[in-house]
Amino acid sequence: MEDMSAFPLEITGEDVPMVSFRKVRKAYGSLVVLDNLDLDVAAGEMVTIIGPSGSGKTTVLRMLMTLEQINGGVIYVDGQPLTHMSKGGTLVPANQRHLRKRRADIGMCFQHFNLFPHMTALENCMEGPVQVLGLPKAEARARSEELLELVGMIDKKDQHPSRLSGGQQQRVAIARALAMRPKVMLFDEVTSALDPEVIGEVTNVIRKLVSEHNLTMLMVTHQMGFARDISDRVCFFYDGKIEEQGKPADLFGNPKRERTQQFLSAVKEAV
Amino acid sequence: MFDWLFTDDWFPKFDWRWDFAWEILPRLLEATLNTLIAAAAGYLIALVVGLFLALAQRTNYRTVTFAVREFVEFVRSTPLLLQIFFIFYVGPQFGVTLSPWVSGMIAIGLHYSCYLSEVYRGGIESVPKGQWEAATALNMSTLQTYKRVVIPQAIPPAIAGLGNYLVGIFKDTPMLSVIGVAELIHTANAIGSETWRYLEAYTMVGIIFLVLSLPAAGLIRAFEGFVRRKLGM
Repeated sequence: MEDMSAFPLEITGEDVPMVSFRKVRKAYGSLVVLDNLDLDVAAGEMVTIIGPSGSGKTTVLRMLMTLEQINGGVIYVDGQPLTHMSKGGTLVPANQRHLRKRRADIGMCFQHFNLFPHMTALENCMEGPVQVLGLPKAEARARSEELLELVGMIDKKDQHPSRLSGGQQQRVAIARALAMRPKVMLFDEVTSALDPEVIGEVTNVIRKLVSEHNLTMLMVTHQMGFARDISDRVCFFYDGKIEEQGKPADLFGNPKRERTQQFLSAVKEAV
Repeated sequence: MFDWLFTDDWFPKFDWRWDFAWEILPRLLEATLNTLIAAAAGYLIALVVGLFLALAQRTNYRTVTFAVREFVEFVRSTPLLLQIFFIFYVGPQFGVTLSPWVSGMIAIGLHYSCYLSEVYRGGIESVPKGQWEAATALNMSTLQTYKRVVIPQAIPPAIAGLGNYLVGIFKDTPMLSVIGVAELIHTANAIGSETWRYLEAYTMVGIIFLVLSLPAAGLIRAFEGFVRRKLGM
């Protein structure tokens, strides 16, 4: 049993990080995916996670979205524990009710979009606001149309996903996630399943979000140029740990660790 | 060498009497209505209970999952006829006395719900994991996820299987004759024992079943297409 007294019931004070991983551990059986991960993301910060496959980068996002249970440590969102809840002055693993309450702060976009195929683009965006937030339909529709406008998909709002290209589906998926008004947005390899010529339309939407909205974002990507352009900070993951992190100019321009150098030169050769 | 086929002493055995057939037609049509009602009611029970049996097998409560799983296996491994007898004749010994109709509907409905639950289960399992994850990311509850995301997508691939069992339940309604439900076979038997003529009644029953079953497959396929279009898939 882990000693939970090492973890505060909530994070207070000035500059409370929007997301805080504290000694987070994730293992599948004896295979340790993430070991003692400490990572803070400030409010409004854009953090990109890069690294070779199997380094645990996607797992970081999936744990934050509560799609994966953690095996140790605590994740805090906006100062409040996400994976745990306080009970009798100590932290215990969260129940479904607590997860539903805390999860509302987080939105996520997936590599394969995962739009609901039986709903139109607009219905996909309205689903969460109507069913989960309980908004009146008119309000949810107005909000969704505004976001579809933002991602440039308003013309296609009545199309089902099967009639849309990958890039278009991903833009609808971004609008769908934003319609829930999350504080934190997670982008999990959102361009990896796209044809090269449509990657730009998705990355441009994310660029727009970064420059116009004060969202906290965590992104896993293989687009190094894109990561370098828009990130406030880049984390290089290797073997379940953060091997190196820093400003994009420093990490890409002058990597300190040997593994980072190897990874970046291998990626450069592949392009 | 086939001369015997056309001799009088063989041919009269096919003593088909149109006037008699015409005379019993109204009774058979009435019984057809009963058969259709029995099949429809049984199927409706099976559709609803089957969905619950499928969902119950997916809960996190091990005892529920286990109990339902065993129940489904038990029902699928024993004859429908036995289940009908059990509910109708053994029920009263436990203070549950039901009319033939009610016992029949319960027996056939429960029996088929177990088969339908397997069809539903297949449909639910065919929904990709990413759909569940998207629903979680939108903070939907388990109930909302099933109702709004999973079940609408699980139905279209299940329609063909569900439809096959509609024909199946229709063809199994004659089993209810053994406890006295006045469906087609029961009525044909009654006509036979009253008049000692079986040829017309049984032939007509066969034709009625054929006429109603044959278009079913086509209709089910058309319905599946309709649902898929309706859902935009």
